[in-house]
Amino acid sequence: MAMGGVVKLLGTWTSPYAMRPSIALNLKSVQYEFLQDPYGSNRSLLHEYNPVYKKIPVLIHNQRPICESMVIIQYIEDVWPTGPSLFPIDPYDRAIARFWTAYIDDKLFPSLTGVGRGEPGAIEQAVTVFRHLEENFEKCSKGKSFFNGDTIGLLDIALGCFLPWTRATESILGMKLFDPAKMPHLEGWAERFCADDAVKKVMPSTEKMVEYGKMLHAKYNPAPN
Amino acid sequence: MADEVILLDFWPSPFGLRARISLAEKGVEYEYKDEDLSNKSPLLLKSNPIHKKIPVLIHNGKSICESLVIVQYINEVWKDKPLMPEDPYERAQARFWADFVDKKLYDCGTRIWRSKGEAQDAAKKEFIDCLKLLEGELGDKPFYGGKNLGYVDVVLVPFACWFYTYETDGNFSIENECPKIIAWVKRCMEKESVSKALPDPHKVYELVGFLKKKHGVE
Repeated sequence: MAMGGVVKLLGTWTSPYAMRPSIALNLKSVQYEFLQDPYGSNRSLLHEYNPVYKKIPVLIHNQRPICESMVIIQYIEDVWPTGPSLFPIDPYDRAIARFWTAYIDDKLFPSLTGVGRGEPGAIEQAVTVFRHLEENFEKCSKGKSFFNGDTIGLLDIALGCFLPWTRATESILGMKLFDPAKMPHLEGWAERFCADDAVKKVMPSTEKMVEYGKMLHAKYNPAPN
Repeated sequence: MADEVILLDFWPSPFGLRARISLAEKGVEYEYKDEDLSNKSPLLLKSNPIHKKIPVLIHNGKSICESLVIVQYINEVWKDKPLMPEDPYERAQARFWADFVDKKLYDCGTRIWRSKGEAQDAAKKEFIDCLKLLEGELGDKPFYGGKNLGYVDVVLVPFACWFYTYETDGNFSIENECPKIIAWVKRCMEKESVSKALPDPHKVYELVGFLKKKHGVE
């Protein structure tokens, strides 16, 4: 029976991509074991289960690996179809959710990385991503609480996993990438997303992300002697 | 009420070809509109305001963009001849490999014809490495979809009309390095949905030659 069996998730607490399947599994009330330290003590497991990319997250279900966060979310929906649906029912609405998810993956990760490195244009690109999602919130949500409707789904997860990193960046740099005054829909959505039990369990606090960000910065930019 | 299906595309685009092959597999009638990418139509700009790129599928006035999103949409709306396997784990594998093709192949293929020397050698190596991984995934199956064309076949086979360009510009033989892939291409070409869609590889090569001159790549 597809739904039974042992579920493990290989990831790190800081990775937005690892947060995605965590949230999906929590929404579906699926018990799983979170395996940490994929580049250290669990490195051989990572290489065995994701030989192509050697990256997290990897979902391991009955000892079979599934890689790539969006592939994992679709798998979770296919195997555990009960509970809140992670995808809209209508094929067109699903296509829209997939489109924006691909857009987020294409643009938001590199722009947040670019902001951290002080690359020109990165802030504008990040703000543009949030602006497009703000403008399309009503169309996707159809007046409901989340992009997916009444409950959190694919697009909410795809975007929401970047909130800790976004907020930490804003805190460190003392500016707003996602200004509540200009993006009221996203502001309301973010509050509701972060308040959900499935998300609260796995979302790191801004303070922890700021500490982590400062640690990374120090590691890659050692002070001159 | 009859469906109105329009595809905004560009004839050699491997991304557009994915949509064309999927629609043909499903027997869907549609209007094909070839875009002049140096002078994009108002319809394209309106239908894909974010990326302004082809392909765009317009189904009863609603636009769907991004080739993998389009193929999944076609598969979900027209349920005959499903492109995805039934089993969730196999579906995940199909999605993984389609995503792999999307992330890797176009990029290193393009670098083969756009670069020279060491950069070109690196691109060729990466390209062959990708195809070898894909050969491994195919195994002994006639198609990635098993007995019939599936999601990965539809996503990958459009690159076959670009192989001649990569081989000629890169001075190497894909068949020597990845014979199983070439054998798989030949099987795909026995399907009308593929053979009628894929343009002549020599025409693709001519276009690339023209583009190289236009952009000063020699």
